[in-house]
Amino acid sequence: MLDKTGIAKRIAKEVKDGYYVNLGIGIPTLVANYVREDIEVEFQSENGVLGMGPFPFEGEEDADVINAGKQTITTLPGASFFDSALSFSMIRGKHVDLTILGAMEVAENGDIANWKIPGKMVKGMGGAMDLVASAENIIVAMMHTNKAGESKLLKRCSLPLTGVGCVKKIVTNLAVVEVTNQGFKLLERAPGVSVDDIKKATEGHLIVEGNIPEMNL
Amino acid sequence: MINKQVANVQEALKGVANNMTFMLGGFGLSGIPENAIAELVKLGVNGLTCISNNAGVDDFGLGLLLQQKQIKKMISSYVGENDEFERQMLSGELDVELIPQGTLAERCRAAQAGFPAIYTPAGYGTEVAEGKETREFDGKMYVLEHAFKADFAFIKAWKGDAAGNLIFKGTARNFNPNMCGAAKITVAEVEELVPLGSLDPNQIHIPGIFVQRIFQGEKYEKRIEQRTVRQRS
Repeated sequence: MLDKTGIAKRIAKEVKDGYYVNLGIGIPTLVANYVREDIEVEFQSENGVLGMGPFPFEGEEDADVINAGKQTITTLPGASFFDSALSFSMIRGKHVDLTILGAMEVAENGDIANWKIPGKMVKGMGGAMDLVASAENIIVAMMHTNKAGESKLLKRCSLPLTGVGCVKKIVTNLAVVEVTNQGFKLLERAPGVSVDDIKKATEGHLIVEGNIPEMNL
Repeated sequence: MINKQVANVQEALKGVANNMTFMLGGFGLSGIPENAIAELVKLGVNGLTCISNNAGVDDFGLGLLLQQKQIKKMISSYVGENDEFERQMLSGELDVELIPQGTLAERCRAAQAGFPAIYTPAGYGTEVAEGKETREFDGKMYVLEHAFKADFAFIKAWKGDAAGNLIFKGTARNFNPNMCGAAKITVAEVEELVPLGSLDPNQIHIPGIFVQRIFQGEKYEKRIEQRTVRQRS
């Protein structure tokens, strides 16, 4: 079974040379730490920066240079700043190659819910609805089950949706799953996790074909 | 040169009144019009509708207007980090409309650019699209979203001149350029009001035609919401 770092490491392998990537808050943010160093990748943050670098050294924080999580950041050579409309032009216009975000639930048809729990304080969707509605390549990073042990890979989402039929791949603490027209297709198992473990933790239709390899981290 | 410069924030905010709709630039606390917000608190105007990506924190940004119960309605994409906001929202004192961030930007830009509405894929099939017109283009569904209508847009820029030309800095740019010219009156406050002619026309982010009033802002706090640093090795 993977921890959050493990999930980030596995997703980092999906990041290819020449990609512009938007990372959501939480596990997705960690992905930047594990991308291969021999490839060129630029990270976009929807508040208006492309070419994000690491956090600044103490004393070098700039209130005018933050990411979408409102954290102080730095920029790398080749970086650019832009306004919010242009930022979402990059996203909506499919110029961003890969979007990695967290989720509360994903359905076997690719629906995603990650912004609202009825009865709880709703903070808002931020840029999530724009991202999931437009991105061609969306990977969800999440735990396979919630804190109550219930599956987050469902036949249908029970929570209010963020987007419909948009998720392509899911990386959890247990598995790598592809969303197909027929349902969740199991691609890889996390180290020490059996196909049966994954079946038990998946409420939606899980397709298991042939031998399922263990993840190579 | 058409002179847009006004002497101070008081002059810049002439005409603001109760029950108006305002656009306010900023992402989190970055690039917010600090001087305009402070003056709105002093003026005590209320019943306001505020279009702004976020709602500030308890004791800064739009949180200052919330404290004085001046805001009737917020139109935002994300409103965490504010206990007073949560209290007013849950008690029903404050009306909140949450919309996707890209839609927020584009509804501002549509108003600026003279489009009555735009089609966006964001929110299709979700509660955001409920009651809205939808349409298929090339096999994909889109939602019709209308341009905002606002009385004032309050903008914060880094540098500007008396002609109203603006240059923004870093991610403090965010929604500010999209809101310029998107309201009946656009008020820009700048950290540095520079002499006319000293800004390179090639480097202007927003031409003065989109700005009605510009003034030299004062005492910028530029508070950092999430101070994150790395260790020197």
